[in-house]
Amino acid sequence: MPAAEVQVPRWRETVAGPYLMLAPAVLLLVVMILVPLALVAATAFTDWHLGGGPPQFVGFETFRTLLEDQDFQIAVWNTTRYVGLVVPATTLMGLAVALLIAECGRGQALYRMIFFLPSVATLAAMSVAWQMLLSPSVGAVPQVLRLLGFAPGNWLQDPHAALPALAMIGIWSEAGFAMLFFLAGLKTVPHELVEAIALDGRGSVVDRLWHVTLPHLAPVTVFVLVFSSIHALRVFDTVAIITRGGPEKATLVALYFIYQEAFSLFRTNLAAAATVLFIAVVLALSLVQLYVMRLGRSR
Amino acid sequence: MTSARFARLARHFVLVGGAVLVLLPLLWAIRISFLPAEDVFSPQFRLLPSRWIGFENYARALTASPLLHFLANGVLVCVAIIVCQLLVAIPCAYVLAKARVPGLRLIWLAVLVALVVPPAALALPLFIMAAQAGLIDTYAGLILPWTVSPLGIFLLRQAFLRVPDEMIEAARLDGLGEGEILVRLLVPMISPAIGALVIISLVSHWNDLLWPSVVVTSGAKATPPFGVMLFQVQEIGSDYGPLLAGALMIAAPLLVLFVLAQRRFLDGMTWLGSK
Amino acid sequence: MRSVGAGVSALSVRGVFKSFGSGAVLADIDLTVGEGEIVSLLGPSGCGKSTLLRIVAGLEQADRGTVQIGPRDVSGLPPGARNVAMVFQSLALYPHLSGRQNISLPLRARRLTRLQRLLGPLRLWSSARSIEREIDAAVDDIAARLDIEGVIDRVPARLSGGQRQRVAIGRALVRDSRLLLLDEPLSSLDAKVRVQARDEIVQIQRAFGVACVFVTHDQGEALAISDHVAVMLGGRVAQFGTPAEIYRDPVSLAVARFVGTPTINVLDGAVDASGRVHAAGFVLDVRLGIPAGQKVSVAVRPEHVRIAAGQDESRPVLRVARIEDHGHDGLVHLAGRDGKAALLVARAGRALAFQPGDEVRVSIPAEDALYFSEDGSRLAGLPVAIAAYARG
Repeated sequence: MPAAEVQVPRWRETVAGPYLMLAPAVLLLVVMILVPLALVAATAFTDWHLGGGPPQFVGFETFRTLLEDQDFQIAVWNTTRYVGLVVPATTLMGLAVALLIAECGRGQALYRMIFFLPSVATLAAMSVAWQMLLSPSVGAVPQVLRLLGFAPGNWLQDPHAALPALAMIGIWSEAGFAMLFFLAGLKTVPHELVEAIALDGRGSVVDRLWHVTLPHLAPVTVFVLVFSSIHALRVFDTVAIITRGGPEKATLVALYFIYQEAFSLFRTNLAAAATVLFIAVVLALSLVQLYVMRLGRSR
Repeated sequence: MTSARFARLARHFVLVGGAVLVLLPLLWAIRISFLPAEDVFSPQFRLLPSRWIGFENYARALTASPLLHFLANGVLVCVAIIVCQLLVAIPCAYVLAKARVPGLRLIWLAVLVALVVPPAALALPLFIMAAQAGLIDTYAGLILPWTVSPLGIFLLRQAFLRVPDEMIEAARLDGLGEGEILVRLLVPMISPAIGALVIISLVSHWNDLLWPSVVVTSGAKATPPFGVMLFQVQEIGSDYGPLLAGALMIAAPLLVLFVLAQRRFLDGMTWLGSK
Repeated sequence: MRSVGAGVSALSVRGVFKSFGSGAVLADIDLTVGEGEIVSLLGPSGCGKSTLLRIVAGLEQADRGTVQIGPRDVSGLPPGARNVAMVFQSLALYPHLSGRQNISLPLRARRLTRLQRLLGPLRLWSSARSIEREIDAAVDDIAARLDIEGVIDRVPARLSGGQRQRVAIGRALVRDSRLLLLDEPLSSLDAKVRVQARDEIVQIQRAFGVACVFVTHDQGEALAISDHVAVMLGGRVAQFGTPAEIYRDPVSLAVARFVGTPTINVLDGAVDASGRVHAAGFVLDVRLGIPAGQKVSVAVRPEHVRIAAGQDESRPVLRVARIEDHGHDGLVHLAGRDGKAALLVARAGRALAFQPGDEVRVSIPAEDALYFSEDGSRLAGLPVAIAAYARG
C-alpha cells in the first residue's frame, strides 16, 4: 500500500497558550528586575544626581571617586569585619545546636522552634529589644555583669564595641537557619557508616563525630557558610534602627552606605556604583553557592 | 548515673540554657513592657514590677501611634504580594517545566539572573522608577516590585518537574483542558512547594525594612518594621515601656503564626535549604 | 490473517512515518485492529512501539500517515477528542484524588461543561446534578465489575499495586471507548504476579469487549494473550499475524530470532550441487529453489532437535556441553565434538538422561527447519519427497 503523501493535518497545540502563561512573569521580570539592574549599572557610569541635570557619561570616573571615598572604604572594612564575625560564629552555633538537638528524642520540635524563633522575629522590632537589653541603664546584660562585679560599657555607643554588638545580634538572628540546614544534613548521615565504626570498636561520640558526621556534613557546611555570608552582607535593619551608621561611622555597612548616598546625600551615581560592586560580590558568592549545591546533589 | 544518662542531662541542660539565652531579648522586652516608667530606670534589679500597671504601656503604644494601622498595612501588603506572586509564578513555572516551545532557555536564564540579584540592591533604581511613575508612598509602590518572585518560579519549576509527564498526558486523554489540568490537578499536587513559598515570602516581606523605608514617606502607608522606625522618632521613642510594648505588638503576629504553625514553617524552610 | 470483513475495524493505521531529530523511529507502519481484538505490539526496546502507541493516542504527531479509530479519521485531533483510553506504564493515577474521583474524571470532563465542573460542589444546575448521579452510577458499575468497590474511595497511596492497576483500567474503560491502549502494563510486576495480572487483563478485555492494543517487549506475554501480534523491529512492522503464524511461520530470520524461548538455533549453511542443504555437519533433504553454492541460514527450534539413540551413521555426532533441568523438561546444550562453543540447544523431555561429555547423534528433520537466505528473508523449502513428486 503506498504511503500516504498527504501531510497530516496537525491539530494546533495552541502556541499562544504557553506564551500567555509566561507573559506576566516575563513582563514583571523585565520591568522589576532587569530594567532596574540595567538602570543602576548605567547610572554608575554617569555623573547623575537625583534631581540634578541630565546625566553625562563619565566612564569609570564614578568608580574611581567611590574607591577613594573614605566613607566607602570604611563601609567595606566594616562590612568585611561584620561578615568575618558573624559567619563563622553562626555556622558553629548552628552546628552545635543541631548536633545537640539531633540526639534528643523528645523535645526536638520544641527546641527547634525556640532556636529558630529569632530568625522569624521581625528584626526591626527585635533591634529595639536588643537595644534595651544592652543598654547600660536598662539592660539585663549590663545588670548581670554589674552583679558579677564587672563594669559594663555602653557598647552600642562605643565605636570599638558597636560593630561586634551588632554582629552578636546578627548571629542571634541568623543561627536558626544554619541549625535547620545542619539538622537536615544530619538526617541523611548513612547509618551503615555509623554501624561500621561501632563494629570497629570506635563507637564513641567523638569518633563518630570526627569520622562520620563531620565529613558527611562538609558540603552542608560549605553551603551554610556561603548562605550566611550572603545574608550577613545584607545587614541593614539593625544599623538603621539602632546605630544609624555610628557611632563615628563604626557601623557604617555597605547597604547603609548605599542608602545614605542615595537618599540622604543624593549622590545617586556613587550609590549606583557602590550597588554595582555590591551586586558583584553577592553574585560571586551565589555562584559559589550554586556550584556547591550541584556538587552536593551529585554525591 | 550511667554515662548515657549523664550525657542526656548535660545535653538538655545546655539546650535549655541556650534556649533561655536565645529568648532573652524577647523575654526582656516583655518584662520592660509591663514596667511602669519609674521602674525602667531604677538602678536596682527587680524581677517583678513595683506596681502592676497591666497593659497600660500597650494601650499607650496603641494610642500614641497608628500601630494597628501599621499591622493592617502589613497584612494588606503581604497578602497582596503573595497572591500576586502565586498568580504570576505558577503558570510561568509550569511552562518552564513542561512546555516545549522556543525561548524557554532565555527566560530561564533571566530567572536565574534575577534570583542572584539581592533585592536590596534594586532599591535605588526602583525608587527612581517609582518616583517617575508617581508610586511613591502608595500601596502599589510597596507591592509591585515584589509581585514576581524568581525564587518562587525556581521552586515551583522544581516541583513541576517532579510531576511525571504521563499524568498530564493521561489528563489530556481524559479530555481536560490545559487550564483545568494546571489548576485542578497540578496545583494540588505541588501544594508543599506552594506552602513553602508562601511562608518564605510572608516572613521575608513582613520583616522587610529597606524597601518600605525607601518608598514610604508618611505614616499612612507604613508597614510594621517601618512603623518601628517611626516609633523611635516620635515621642514614644523615649518612653521605653510603651516603645517595647509597641515593638512586641509588631513582632507578635509572625511569632504567633510561627508558634502555631511551626511544623509547616520549619518543614518549608528546611525544604528550601535542601533544594 | 483473520479477515476483518465488511465491518469497520477498531483501529486502522496507514503509512505512518515518524522521526525524531536524530533519526527515523517509525517507517511505513500499516496496522489494523479488529473490533474486540487484542493486538500486541511486540519488539525490543527502541523499536518504536511505544512511539506508535502514543501516535495512536495523539500524544505524538506522526510526520506522515493517518490514524483511524472506528469510522473516524482522528489524525488531526488532539488526544482529548479521540475517545481513546490508555493505561500508562506508571498507571498515572492522580495521587490526591480517590479511586472514584480518578475514574469519574474522564466522564466529568466529557459530560459536564467546564463551568459546571468548576462550580460542581455548589450543585446549581439540576441537569448537572443528574449527570453527576449518572456518573456515580457508572463508576459504581465499573468498580463492581473490576472487584474494587470496597476500596474505590481510597486514594492511590492506600491501595495495593493490583488495586491501583484496576483503578487505572477502570478509568480507561469507564469511557466506553472503542480502543484501549496499554503501555507495558506488566513490566513493573514480579514474574509470578505478572502471569496472574495478565490473565486478569484478558478476562477484563473479554468482558468489556473493547479492542485492545498492548505494547510489550516480552514475547511470551504477547504470544499468550493476543489475537494478532505485530512484531516491530527497527521501526517497521516486521510481521503481522496470529501468534501461531509468528512462531511457526516467521517471514524473516530477525523475527524468528526474536520470538521463542530459548532463542531459535541458527546454523550457517549452503546449498550443495545436488540442491541439498549442508549446515554444520547436517544434511537436509530439502529443495529451496536457489542456485548451488548460495549461503543459507538454517533455523530450528529447540523442540525440533532430535537426540537419537542408536548409531545411525548419517547423523552427526555432537557432544553434550551442559544440561539445564527445568523439572518438567530440560535443555541440552550441544557442542561440536572438538569445539567448545554450543552449537545447538535441544529441548528434551528427559534431559537428565544425558551427562555433560556424552557423545550423541543428533538429527534435524528437514521439514521442521526454517530456511532463510543471506539477506534474512524466508525461503520456502519443499521436502525432497514432495519435490520429487512435483518433478515426477
